[in-house]
Parts: sequence; C-alpha cells; structure tokens
Amino acid sequence: MKKKRLALLLSVVLTTVAVALGGCAGDKQESTSQITIGIPQDIEDSLDPMKATAAGTKEILFNIYEGLVKPDSDGNLIPAVASEYKISEEGRVYTFTLREDIKFHDGSSVTADDVVYSLERYADGQSGDALASAFSNIDDISAPTDKTVVIVLKEANTDFLSYLTAAVIPKSNADPDTVAIGTGPYRYVSRSPQENIILESFDDYWDKDNAPQIKKITLKIIANADTIVTELNGGSIDMFCRLSSTQVSQLSSDYNVYTGTMNLVQALYLNNAIEPFNDVRVRQALCYAIDPQGILDMAFDGQGSIIGSAVYPTFGKYYMPELADAYPTNIEKAKELLAEAGYPDGFTFSITVPSNYQPHVDTAQVIAEQLKEVGITANINLVEWATWLSDVYSGRQYETTVIGVDASMLSAGALLDRYRSDASGNFMNFNSPAYDAAIDAAESSVDDDAKTAAYKQCEQIISDEAASVYIQDMVNLVALNNKYEGYVFYPLYVQDFAKLRLK
Amino acid sequence: MIQFLKLRKNFKAGAVIAGILLFMALLSLFWTPYDPEKMDAAHKLAGLSLAHPMGCDNFGRDILSRVMTGLRTTVVIAVGTVLIGAFFGSIVGSLTGYFGGSFDEIVMRINDVLLAFPAVLLALVMVSLLGGGKYNVILALGIAFVPSFARMVRGEFLRCKDLDYVKNARLQGAGHMRVIFVHILPNVMPVILSSVLIGFNNAVLAEAGMSYLGIGVQPPDASLGRMLSEAQGYLYGAPWYALFPGLILVLLILGVSLMGNE
Repeated sequence: MKKKRLALLLSVVLTTVAVALGGCAGDKQESTSQITIGIPQDIEDSLDPMKATAAGTKEILFNIYEGLVKPDSDGNLIPAVASEYKISEEGRVYTFTLREDIKFHDGSSVTADDVVYSLERYADGQSGDALASAFSNIDDISAPTDKTVVIVLKEANTDFLSYLTAAVIPKSNADPDTVAIGTGPYRYVSRSPQENIILESFDDYWDKDNAPQIKKITLKIIANADTIVTELNGGSIDMFCRLSSTQVSQLSSDYNVYTGTMNLVQALYLNNAIEPFNDVRVRQALCYAIDPQGILDMAFDGQGSIIGSAVYPTFGKYYMPELADAYPTNIEKAKELLAEAGYPDGFTFSITVPSNYQPHVDTAQVIAEQLKEVGITANINLVEWATWLSDVYSGRQYETTVIGVDASMLSAGALLDRYRSDASGNFMNFNSPAYDAAIDAAESSVDDDAKTAAYKQCEQIISDEAASVYIQDMVNLVALNNKYEGYVFYPLYVQDFAKLRLK
Repeated sequence: MIQFLKLRKNFKAGAVIAGILLFMALLSLFWTPYDPEKMDAAHKLAGLSLAHPMGCDNFGRDILSRVMTGLRTTVVIAVGTVLIGAFFGSIVGSLTGYFGGSFDEIVMRINDVLLAFPAVLLALVMVSLLGGGKYNVILALGIAFVPSFARMVRGEFLRCKDLDYVKNARLQGAGHMRVIFVHILPNVMPVILSSVLIGFNNAVLAEAGMSYLGIGVQPPDASLGRMLSEAQGYLYGAPWYALFPGLILVLLILGVSLMGNE
C-alpha cells in the first residue's frame, strides 16, 4: 500500500516537473529576431483576400497583401503597389503607375496584367458585397503598358480610391484559397490548423524604409480566452491584442500596454427575420432596456466609446455622436413597448457568443442580467469560432449574437453596405426598403457633401429601426513584451507586424 | 478487526464530507447568501470578507452563493448521468449476460467499440451534436457511461446464471424475465451500487472537464467546472475565485471516494 502511494506521489511530482520544463522550453532566445503573437482564432474562412470575411483573418492578411494604395496609421491612403496615381479632373479616370522594383512573394514582378486580373475578380464578386458594388461602377480597366493601369469609372466617385486598397494578387496563382501570394512585408509560410500560422519577412519588400524588422512571426491560436494571461505571463506568447482591463491588471512587469480603439461596432445583433425581433417595438424595447454605460462599467472598467448606430467614431465626418443617446435607458418605456408588441411578460431568447472572445462573452452576461429587469430571459449559448462563422454569420441560424463588426476600408460604405436587404454580409437580416434606397443614393452620389448626408441618413434609419442594440467601440489594450517595441494603431481593424522591432 | 474499524472510519469521514456538501447543494434551492447571478460593479473581484466569505468574481457576484448553486448543478448532472448509465447499462448487461450467444456477441462488440473511446470524448461528440446546456450534458454523459455499467453487470450475470438458485427458479417454471429481474438482479445490486459511487465521481470530473472546456453548462449558470474555467483568467489577481470551486470539487470527490472504497 505504502509503495503504491509513493509511486503515485512520484508520478505526480514527475508530471509537474515535466510540465514546468515544457513551459521553459517555450521561452525564446533573445538573439533571434522572432516573435510569438497570440490570436483568438484560426483562419477558418480563406486566405483569398476576396473571400476572407472574418475580421481576425483580414487583420493578418493585411501584412501579406497590399492594394494599389494602402492605409497608413493616420487613415490616409498612401501609394503601395502603385508608386503614383493621377485622377483626372472630372474624377472619372484613374491612372496608376506601378512600382518598378515591386515583386510578389514568389519572386515574380508585379505587372499591370496582375492588377487588372485582381480588380476584375472583385468586380465579379457576389452581389451585395461593398467592394463589388463599388467596382460595378467601373466602366473599363486597361493596361496600356506593362506598368500602367487605367481605370475608367461610369460616374465619378470621391470614395473610389479607398476601395483600391483591395489586395493585388498574381494572375498565375491558381489556388488563392490556400496559397497566399501578395506583395506585403510578410509572406505566408505555413499553418497548423487550430495551432499556429507562421509568417516570415519578405526580403524583397519594396519599401526599404519600412522593411519588416522581425524575421519570423508565429501567430499562436489561443481559442480559450481564459488562458491568455497565463500564456503571456508564462512567456509562451509575446503579444496579445484586445485584452480586457482586468486581464491587463494581472500582467507581469514584462509587458508594456498600448491603448487604442478596436475599430469595431460591438452590438447585440438581432436576427430581424425571426420572431419576436421582426417587430420594431421589441427591438426598440431591447435598446431601452440595455444600458451600454452599465456594460462598460461592469465589464470594461468604464472604458470604450458608446455608439448608437453602425458607424464608430474614427470615421470622422460620417460618425453621428448624437445617435448614442437615441435610446436612453428606460425600463418603463421598454416594458410599455413590449406590452404593445404583445409580450407584457417578456420572453426568452438565446444569445450566441463565440467563446474565444472574452469581451463579447462578458458583454452577453451583463446584457442577460440587465434584461431580467424587463422580464426578458436571455440564455447564453457559447460556441466555437468556426461554429459561429458557419451558423450565425453564413447560415444566419441564430436569434441574437454579441460580436464586433469591422470595416475593411475607411469608407462608411464598408460598414453600412451590409444592411442592404440583399447584402451577403447582412447576417442580421435587416430589411428596409427605405434603407436600400438611402444606401443606393449614398453609393451613387458624386458630391462629397451629398454622399456624407446620405450615409448619415442610413445611420439614422438603422437607429430609428433599431436594427440591433448598438453598444460600443471597445477600447483596445495591447500587451507587448518589453523586449519589443513599435506597436502602432490603425483606424481600421488591422495589425501592422512590420512596425514591430526588437528593442 | 482493526482493519475493519479503520475502514469504517474512512466511510464515516466520507459520509460526513459528502453529507455537508449535499446539504449545501440542497440549501441553495431555498437560500443563498446573495442572488448568485446578481452583478455588483462595486464588488468586482472583491477579496474575502465577512459579507463575502469566499470573495466576489469579476462581475461582483458572490462566490459562496455561486459555489452553492454550482455544486448543485454539478451534483444534479452527476446523479442524472449515473442514473441513466446505471439504468440502461444494467438492462443491456443483464440481457446479454443472461442470454449469451450471438446476441451477446453483437451487443458486446458494439459496447467494446464505445468503451474504446474515453467517456468524455464520446460525450464531447454528443454535446457537439445536441448542443450545450445542463440537460444535454446529462444525456451525453449518461449515454457515454452506459458501456462500462453494461460490461460490469454482464460479468455478474455470467457468474450468477449457472448458480443453483437460478437453476432452481427455472425448474420451478419462472420465466426468463422474472429470473433476470427478480432473482438475479437483486443479488447483483451491491456491485452496481458500489460502481454507482465510482461512476458518480467520474461524472463529477467529466462535467467539470466539459464545462471547463466551455461546452457544458452555459453562463451565467454556475457549475464548479464552469467557475474554474472562468477563474483561470484571474488566477493572479483573485486566486480565491479559482480556489474555492476547486476546493469544493476536491472535497466532493474525496468524500464520495471514501464512501465508495467501503
């Protein structure tokens, strides 16, 4: 009996030692220039920039692909694949001169043919996609020389240039779904599903001034949000974005914390096509019952910007701060509206939340607690990210969900186009003829003021119709090991790995 | 004699521990110090105090109240799991053990295939098909527990079916079903009961494991595994958040194990 116990004790001790040693093996040597960055999700959709839908995928692809122009950290568009461009005076003809020395990751030079091929692919994309609807305005794309691309628009569009951030890919790539070849500072090396994605710096990157500093980047997938702090403090990852303030408060002194905004529209998205959310009074009642400030105080230490519609503050002139107060918290009013809609005693519904995003899980819990006051029972249903993508986003088989929606470019259309009744990204099944007319007007208008006004009308309709319960643009806390420096924030949901460097 | 007394002591200690915990779980039906789901921004991650003897979690919810309801959830799931497993396992085991032949061969080989998977893995597959939530976890774990009960009961039936009292009953004209359920099964009961206790412990661990992985009990419901999972992110700042659910889990298993060893 004694012997058996000793053996048991020994095996426990040995296991512990083995685990501890395993942890040590994760420590990196300082001399090699590499970094391990934790990310909450694997690339589940596609490496093809046209098919990638998840914000988490796009933020990685940002480092692999570039468009004719690309956004800088101030939100300006700077030349990328093109070295310069000319826009004719009436705003219809765009002439791009490609860089002489620019190469794809496979070593081939970027030709005008590749650009034309890439842009035509987007134009052929599914209808309702923001990019496709903007590109449907193209009258003609041609390549008069090997290094010149001319785009002629049907109608002038002041917003058009921002859509040309869409990635340029080589025509020769037969399988862009799984083979990522771009011109960006990092090239794609490999992916182990649910484990990691490996990127390596691209030696022939055209921009020598902003050449990538760190040779090898390992993106480690941490699907369980609860272990992030442990992984950071244990040294198995060096960086993690979008931490909560409680997570940050537990970090060791090895980490510098950068504060920015997430550039997301976080909301309780409602499936407008099903009962009871097809009734505008129910949707409005939810807006009155849910207190965004309460959510911020409870789960985000009071940080974050409250929003009232589908555009977040970094969008400047398109953002309407007044909508944040459109539905002040009012329990009585919410109960009245519910009674009018035929639910005097409330109802029960489910909130589907991806379990890898702690902020959304926390938000859902606070919402469920707040809704008890009006007699509504919200059951939380945690799902894996892949399930969320297929069931909620693509399949639209859900009642409500808490998620953040990003913009792929700095044009209000990138956020608002998905509310068009036939848009592929309209996972909330929002359906309003008035809205469709307004978004058409916005996208087709030439005059910048008229366009801005039309986009604002769209936001107003979303708010009036209470398409969903808008909460906030979250504060973005980034933890970076103090061996590294140089994290920069963008006004978009992207991460620029090329700016990171060893201290 | 000394050995016997010692064992009795173990049993008593186990019964006391398990009894106290079961009382806590039962009590939570009627009373908890606070509403276990009531959030309170002022007490986020508050430490131990007289008002909150186990501290508060990241939403300012009272951990003692949550441990009590969480314990109840865990116990309900474990009991439900064991009942389903033991009930269907006994039926399958007694029929196959008693009748034997090709029926036995076929059913037991299917049983072997199921046994080849770890119970939790099998339950994981089922939960991903059925969806999460308390009742689906009971169902999934219960089905996953059937094979081990079936095999155990079948073994006992193989041993008993040629004993004299069974032959006697047959000679007196008792039907097969009567022999199985009236004559043999009561004699197998002690063995089933002791494996029920072991099964209970396994079910507690399995539930905790599944909730820990985020596929069992859904928030804001508490279960011991779910609480451990949520507490993970706060290990450094608020160690009590993980400590108490973990401690209660250990005590529950210790108590029931001590009883089961008897």
